[in-house]
Amino acid sequence: MSEAEIINLIVLTFKSAVPLIFAALGELVVEKSGVLNLGVEGMMLIGAVAGFIGAVTTGSIFVGMLMAMAAAVLVSLIFAVLTLSLLANQVATGLALTIFGIGLSAFIGKPFLGNTIEGLQPWAIPLLSDIPILGPLLFNHDPMLYLAVAAFFGVSWFLYRSRGGLILRSIGESHEAAHALGYPVIRIRYLAVMFGAAMGGLGGAYLSLVLTPQWQEDMTAQRGWIALALVVFATWRPSRVMIGAWLFGALTIVNFYAQSQGVSFSSHLLATLPYFATIIVLVLISWDAAKIRLHAPAALGKPFHASD
Amino acid sequence: MKTGRITKWALGLALAGAVALTAGMAQAQLKIAFVYVTHVGDAGWTYQHHLGRMAMEKALGNKIKVTTVGPVKEGADAERVIRKLAASGNKLIFTTSFGFMNPTLKVAKRYKKVTFVHVSGYKRSKNVSTVFARLYEGRYLTGMVAGMMTKSNVLGYIGAFPIPEVIRGINAFTLGARAVNPKVQVRVIWVSSWFNPGKERQASETLIAQGADVITHHTDSTAAVQAAQARKKFAIGYHSDMSKYGKTAHLTAATHIWGSYYTKVAKAVLAGGWKAGDTWGGLKDGMVALAPFGPSVPAKVQAMVKKRQAEIRAGTFHPFQGPVKDQSGKVVVPAGKTMADGPMLGMKYYVEGVVGKLPKK
Repeated sequence: MSEAEIINLIVLTFKSAVPLIFAALGELVVEKSGVLNLGVEGMMLIGAVAGFIGAVTTGSIFVGMLMAMAAAVLVSLIFAVLTLSLLANQVATGLALTIFGIGLSAFIGKPFLGNTIEGLQPWAIPLLSDIPILGPLLFNHDPMLYLAVAAFFGVSWFLYRSRGGLILRSIGESHEAAHALGYPVIRIRYLAVMFGAAMGGLGGAYLSLVLTPQWQEDMTAQRGWIALALVVFATWRPSRVMIGAWLFGALTIVNFYAQSQGVSFSSHLLATLPYFATIIVLVLISWDAAKIRLHAPAALGKPFHASD
Repeated sequence: MKTGRITKWALGLALAGAVALTAGMAQAQLKIAFVYVTHVGDAGWTYQHHLGRMAMEKALGNKIKVTTVGPVKEGADAERVIRKLAASGNKLIFTTSFGFMNPTLKVAKRYKKVTFVHVSGYKRSKNVSTVFARLYEGRYLTGMVAGMMTKSNVLGYIGAFPIPEVIRGINAFTLGARAVNPKVQVRVIWVSSWFNPGKERQASETLIAQGADVITHHTDSTAAVQAAQARKKFAIGYHSDMSKYGKTAHLTAATHIWGSYYTKVAKAVLAGGWKAGDTWGGLKDGMVALAPFGPSVPAKVQAMVKKRQAEIRAGTFHPFQGPVKDQSGKVVVPAGKTMADGPMLGMKYYVEGVVGKLPKK
């Protein structure tokens, strides 16, 4: 394997991790606030189609990204109203959101099937991108990839270094206690769901604006579910979300690389690996019950009403 | 009072007459239904069936009335849909995906007067025919194009699942490429999905990263063509003419053409003379065709490919004509012989020139 080949494969791995990073970091914040939104796949698809429509009609990828976020937030509000205001079951509503997102995105995307766009080009960071090896590896990517890394720092800082993050986490641990302290539980959960949706939308948009770039029905191909698994795999830690996303991304690329080199293993088995790894992690952390309790939000999935 | 009763009678008669009239009209018109597995989109498997349907409508005009249903999931849902179509008076039903095979046969047992055509399956009955295209003929020709256009002598192939249909395509492509350029290697990546643009794109990029400069695919999206266009390499489309996704990259495509077959069946059913059976048609039957050559393909290459195409049409050349060797060098078709349909339908090995082992499952 030549040096250029290795760099190429690592860059491909980074790229395939981006949708997972966006969606999983978003879902992480949602779950940290105590809400389980299983609609990630649906929101990603809505983001993918809205982003693509935005980019095609205005010619600007950045408008596309904004539309992706806005559209995903809009559909997530259905989920938020149902589960947070009307206390519907979060699991059922989240699943419904996914099914709704698949159908709706196919419907509104129909006239845009087969359209092509330029796609987001890499931004080489001046000077830094000229460093041998490290330059092409780290400093010659598309803006959305940089944004995903920035989102990681932003989310980590917010959750563990800011007052807002502390409040959000406390709501996720015990909404009664947070409510007793006077924090607006429902309002903060609304904001968390909207943030998660915007991130999921961006994750989907990365597929339709950068990775492919085109709109196709159901093009996320279960990445939303992998993102959900990733949050559990990461035991609700942003840094482990990043490692997990790269690991899952690398699995695909290594699989493809090995195949084209003539090494073959069962591709069905490989497709199950992310889920399998998540189960292994769950088993591992379940040995030490204290460890899960430390990171999993205690109020995850539980509805809250101020009268409780 | 009396006049009231008379008007009622008159109305009743008129209504009955109208019903009889429309029923009569419906009988004269053949009702045809299509079951699609995906949305039509604007390229790919279902899109080609859509084109076939349009060609049939154009040929037969108002003698037929066509309904299409899709996307329909393969499995239990399909049976419900097909049953409903049969119950609502469709006399000819095309089910256009492999997974519709058993549902089609099940419904056909109940509706003996309805003619069914299942695309890509192998189970038939008195009123269920099967049809498929000898796409390997097109694959061989596109392989020739790729073999002459490559500079790196590495060709990339993205496969969905290692089943005989896909393997046959890879082998025909490889044989075509090596017939014009014996140094060619074909590298294969399986993406375990008929349709996953993200993965198809990644697989394309992985192949390009390893030196492939012509890429083709046996999957349903246009991602490979787009990847080649973005990386300034060449691509060969599949199912549909995908030139709009790769203006300079798209060399040609191996495409399915269903129109003439659909028209033939509909005409026969209208005349009451359709006999159920199997059709495996190729270039000569107009069921497989190459998409127009892209601007990058030199006239010399085009001429060579067209000559071979004419030979396949005339039956003087067969893509799997001996000597054909498998990867281990074993001769699977001796010189002077051509492979029969049986072994072609069950093909489970790579020919010489394909890199790597065939995955077991």
